[in-house]
Order: sequence, then structure tokens, then C-alpha cells
Amino acid sequence: MLEIQDLHAAYGDSPALAGVTLSVRPGEIVALLGPNGAGKSTLLGCIAGLVRPRAGAVRWEGQDLRALSPHLIVERGLAMVPEGRRLFGSMSVEDNLELGAFCARGRAASRESLERVFALFPVLRARRREIVRSLSGGQQQMVAVGRALMASPRLLMLDEPSLGIAPQLVRAILDALAEINRAGVAIFLVEQNVRAALTLAHRAYILEGGRVVGEGGGTELLHDAHVRRAYLGPLAVRE
Amino acid sequence: MTTLIAQQILLGLLLGGLYGLAAAGLSLVFGVLKVLDVAHGELIMLGGYGAFWLFDLLHVDPFASLLLVIPGALLLGALLYAVLFGFVVRAGEETRIKNSLLVGFGLALALHALAVRMWTADDRSITTSYGGAVISVGSLTIPVIRLASLAVALALIAGLHVLLTRWRWGKAIRATAEDWQAALLTGIDVRRAYLLAFAIGTALAGAAGTLVSVGYSISPSMGLEWTLKALIVVVLAGLGSMLGTFVAGLFVGVAEAVSAAIFGGPYREVVGLVIFVVVLVLRPRGLFGR
Repeated sequence: MLEIQDLHAAYGDSPALAGVTLSVRPGEIVALLGPNGAGKSTLLGCIAGLVRPRAGAVRWEGQDLRALSPHLIVERGLAMVPEGRRLFGSMSVEDNLELGAFCARGRAASRESLERVFALFPVLRARRREIVRSLSGGQQQMVAVGRALMASPRLLMLDEPSLGIAPQLVRAILDALAEINRAGVAIFLVEQNVRAALTLAHRAYILEGGRVVGEGGGTELLHDAHVRRAYLGPLAVRE
Repeated sequence: MTTLIAQQILLGLLLGGLYGLAAAGLSLVFGVLKVLDVAHGELIMLGGYGAFWLFDLLHVDPFASLLLVIPGALLLGALLYAVLFGFVVRAGEETRIKNSLLVGFGLALALHALAVRMWTADDRSITTSYGGAVISVGSLTIPVIRLASLAVALALIAGLHVLLTRWRWGKAIRATAEDWQAALLTGIDVRRAYLLAFAIGTALAGAAGTLVSVGYSISPSMGLEWTLKALIVVVLAGLGSMLGTFVAGLFVGVAEAVSAAIFGGPYREVVGLVIFVVVLVLRPRGLFGR
């Protein structure tokens, strides 16, 4: 349902994406791995409409997304949890979630979506009236995921959801993603925590230097020699 | 002497409420669009002449004319956004301020020239039948019109607060002010939030102008002075709180009145600039700023 073909993007003269082709099929969890500066966030930015690609196509159910403003892309069922959460910190949990359902698509189902978010993250129901800034990093990440879910997306994109979060909460977030996926929402996940991402994902792509250099099933890549050396080595040593 | 000072403080409060109202519009536009609308004072002036016309030609009571001036200013704001400021916000945030200054000064000059042409350069004010009424409290004299103006200003600020905290688009405007990219990713049409914020800011300017025309006086050259006053109040208050902006307006009004009473009239204008510099040095984000 999401197809990216030969996508090129650049910031000024420095290329960020040099011909990326990948796809996400309905109901899938797809992970995108790669070192810092590989172009992962740029790729998500291109899909969400924040970054204008130089060339190539971003197609969603056959329709080109490149000419659309980000808020119209949300309206078509693609929601994003940006890196660093980017919540509205001076507003309450409830207001943030309500704003997540701002588009017509989200508003039509806002009541059910809210119940769904509170069922996934019960702590948010208890703290619904609190100002987001007063929450812990992990709880803020729950709000960020919840805010994106409020748009009733068919594809949920997440940029580094486990960054700067206590390990036990990372587990809670990843479990929630699996749960969200079971309800039929496809997930496209950029994640530094490679082992966790590959365990969760059905498929994964490896992005290096703005190009896809590897692709495979989640468990398959988990045992791939290059992946183990480049991404799991240091982690494995630490463990 | 105490009576004199108390009377001055009272008059300062009454005028300060209008500063607060004038500043609220500027603060909203600056906080949301990240552009400095230096023509804000001219928009206040237009609001004043709007009320003046309604009174002079159609004998509409100035307080009742708010019901026409405010929607008119909303439309004017939407129009100005569509033809001028909508292009400014397309620029990156660094160039936005510079471009907005150019556009704002151009607009200010044009509106000033237009006002001289339409209403001459004379000072005008609206004199109603109840214009001279006062309430005496002990040795203090409270002009009824200015008291009513303060009440209206406070009601408008309270209304704005409710709008920004309860209305769907009000929340979207605040979200856009906080992080416009996150707002876009959340599904908010940020351009529309900009348009609404600018229109509401212009409406607040129009209302402030109406209240100035009835309790005080208006002239085509009043714009710069009011832009400056509003800017001082915005700097003092910081961005993000409309009630804070109103309180800061009251404070500037009182500070001006007291310094004028103690040091003499000319110092009225100096105190605002002193506040401006002191706040920028000691607390750049303002008293109530995020």
C-alpha cells in the first residue's frame, strides 16, 4: 500500500537519499535500520510531506503523495510519531490526544480511538488532565503514539520511539505497537534498538548512505552476518 | 499628593487595559505566525476610525459599534493575510521576521496615508451623551466611559482565552504556536491556523481602536505609538499567556501614569522604553512567557 520508488532527496548540496526503493504492505510491521545519517529520518520526512524529494515517487494506494501538504497526508491515513516526540508540551494529555484527531478522518472515530489509546496505555487515562511536560519520557512517548493513533491511521510511522526512554517502558511501547498491528494497522518503524526492532518486525530494510543495502525477514536479518557485525555486535558485547 | 498619585494610578489602570488589549493581538500574531506586524498600531487606528464613522454617519453608539467593527476587522485581517502576510510565512523562520518588518512598515505607511486622505490629519474622538459621566469614590474620580472600556477589554481578553483553550481551532492555533511542524504532522492545516490567528489579532486591534476612540482620541499618526506600546507590553509579558499580556498592559499603564505624576509629563513615554530594556536584559522571555 506504501510504495517508494527510486527516491532522491538532498539538503542543499549534500544528498540524503540516493535512490531508495521499498514498500510496506497492508498489515505489515516493517523496520528501517541503519546508522546515523543514513537518511532514515529524511525518508520518513518525505513520506509525511515535510521534506520535498528531488526525484522518485512516494505512492500510497496508487496515489502520489509528493504534492500533498502533511496535514492532507494524515487525512489519507498515514500518521507519524516524530523523533523526539514533538508533543505540545504546555497542553494537557487530553488536549494532545484530541489534537491528534484533528483531521476529519480522526474526528469521525475520536471517541473509540480515545478508548483504544487508554486501553493501550492505562496510565494516560489517570493522567489525562496533566500537562504533558510534567510526564516522564516514557509516558510522553505513550502520548506521542496515542496522538498519532487518534488520527485512525492505516499506516503508523515511528521515528526512534525508544530513544531516551527507560528500558521497561521501551518494552511497553513495543508491546503496544504489536497490539496496534494486531488491530490491522501497518507499522513502519525506524529504530536504533535493532534487536528489538527485528524481533517485532515482519520485514526490515537496511539503509546506508541513502541507499537500501539489505532487505529481509525480521528473524532472517537477526542472524545475518553483516547485520550482526554492524548493528548487533556492540550491543551484544554490552549485553 | 497621595490623592493625586492614587488618581493617576487609577487612570493608568484604565488606559493600561487598552494597552493589554492592543498587545494581545500583536502577541497572538507574533506567537503563532512568528512575524512582527509593525502595522498593528495602524490596524488599531482603522478600528478607531471605523467606530468614528459609524458614530458620525449612522449615530451608532461606540460600544454597540464593536459588534460591527470586530467582524469587519476579522474580515480585514483575513484579507491582509491572504494578500500580504500569507506570503511572508512561506519563508523560513529566519527570513520571516525581516520580511514581515518590510511588509509591515509598507502597510503602516499606506494605511497612514489612507487615513490622512479619508479623515484628515486632525485628532478625532467620539463624544457621546454620557461622555462626561464620572463615578466618585472618596476623593477619586472614575470616568464612566474609561471604566466601561476597561470592562470591555477584560471581557474580550477572557473571551479570547476561552477561544484558545476550548475551541478546536483555538487549540490548533496554540499547537501551531508551540511547534508548527508537529502541528502539520498531527493533521492541522497550519496555514489556516495562521489565517485565523492573524484575523483574530486584527479583530482585537479593531476593538482596541474603538475603545481608544471613545475614551481618548485618534489620529492617522497614532499607529506607531500604539505599536510601540503593544510591543513593550508583549516583551514584558512574554508569549503564550493572554491573561498575562493583559496584566502586563495594566502594569505599563500604571508605571507610565506614576512616572508622569512624579517626574512630569514627558517621562510618561520614557518609562515604557526603560521597562523594555530592563526586561530584555533581566528576563528575555518575559514575566509570563513559556
